[in-house]
Amino acid sequence: MNARGLGSQLKDSIPVTELSASGPFESHDLLRKGFSCVKNELLPSHPLELSEKNFQLNQDKMNFSTLRNIQGLFAPLKLQMEFKAVQQVQRLPFLPSSNLSLDILRGSDETLAFEDILNDPAQSEIMGEPHCMVEHKLGLL
Amino acid sequence: MLKRELAPQGGFSFENCQRNTSLERVLPELRAPNARKTGTTIAGLVFRDGVILGADTRATNDSVVADKNCEKIHFIAPKIYCCGAGVAADTEMTTRMASSNMELHALSTGREPRVATVTRMLRQTLFRYRGHVGASLIVGGVDVKGPQLYSVHPHGSYSRLPFAALGSGQDAAMAMLEDRFQPNMTLEDAQGLLVEAITAGILGDLGSGGSVDACVITGTGAKLLRTLSSPTEPIKRGERYHFAPGTTPVLTQMVKPLTLELLEETVQTMEVE
Repeated sequence: MNARGLGSQLKDSIPVTELSASGPFESHDLLRKGFSCVKNELLPSHPLELSEKNFQLNQDKMNFSTLRNIQGLFAPLKLQMEFKAVQQVQRLPFLPSSNLSLDILRGSDETLAFEDILNDPAQSEIMGEPHCMVEHKLGLL
Repeated sequence: MLKRELAPQGGFSFENCQRNTSLERVLPELRAPNARKTGTTIAGLVFRDGVILGADTRATNDSVVADKNCEKIHFIAPKIYCCGAGVAADTEMTTRMASSNMELHALSTGREPRVATVTRMLRQTLFRYRGHVGASLIVGGVDVKGPQLYSVHPHGSYSRLPFAALGSGQDAAMAMLEDRFQPNMTLEDAQGLLVEAITAGILGDLGSGGSVDACVITGTGAKLLRTLSSPTEPIKRGERYHFAPGTTPVLTQMVKPLTLELLEETVQTMEVE
């Protein structure tokens, strides 16, 4: 797998997904999303929304591509293997995971960005429905 | 494992943008509140032994003065300081994050922080947000490479200059600096020139006011001089505008009676509700 694999995960539209399982069955959330409009679901509502959503992915892509050019194919392959190995260690799906090893591998354990200050997922007030999320992870849902 | 795109991310949330745009469309007289800007004059120059940075102290909210004595010179490292113009919250948070990042970086590398590193971190952050983080910064400091001064713009561009001015009062301050800057000035001359430049901005620009703050950074350390000079006195309002008779001399006097004829008289009651 090379950097092409990461590109397939990029999102070019913002899917309206919620973490709770009652998401697909609820009616349109007027207070948080405004009046329903097909255009709103296809186009991002802010010029930065897409680039911020894909930022980490794009950074990884760029870094792996540079590494491949400088050090050859095996360097990004090995690193991606380590990334995948480290992403297996997570808490249950409805709980926030610290992702400490992933941060160390990426080098973001020594930097602060707005992700660490604003909207910290560890302090989010909403949580997915535990049973449904575990069943989704196990493939039972 | 939760799919990566469903995992909650930190950072900016764009949840309310759609709602805000549809509200503005539906109710045309409703406008979102404006961010508080600093409406500033900031300037910096390199002199013989180091760098001196200066700023005014007024923060404006549209056309109202929100803060008469705010601090625009932010600490980044013991010998690196940064003046911020633009949106007040953006400059504050960006410089605080840069300061924390520099501390972590210095601990990790074991070396003294460099001005070029700070500038690069700021540039990369600002470019990531494509100018939506409205922070114009003048970064100045002394490191192993000597005294340096960089000006960084909200979209992420930068210039390394011997003297720089940013903010709404930059024209006035830059005019003063362009006229009187000499390379290798002494501290007294540099401080005097900087105070003049900021004063020019305070007096000539409506968005700048208050007093002049400065920060002198040399190889040995930095000194923050708060309220170095107050060019504007508070206006003393007169209590009563009463003039004694005879204040204005009468030169000539001519009396001409007008003959008037009463034609019509009407009475109209005024409706008071």
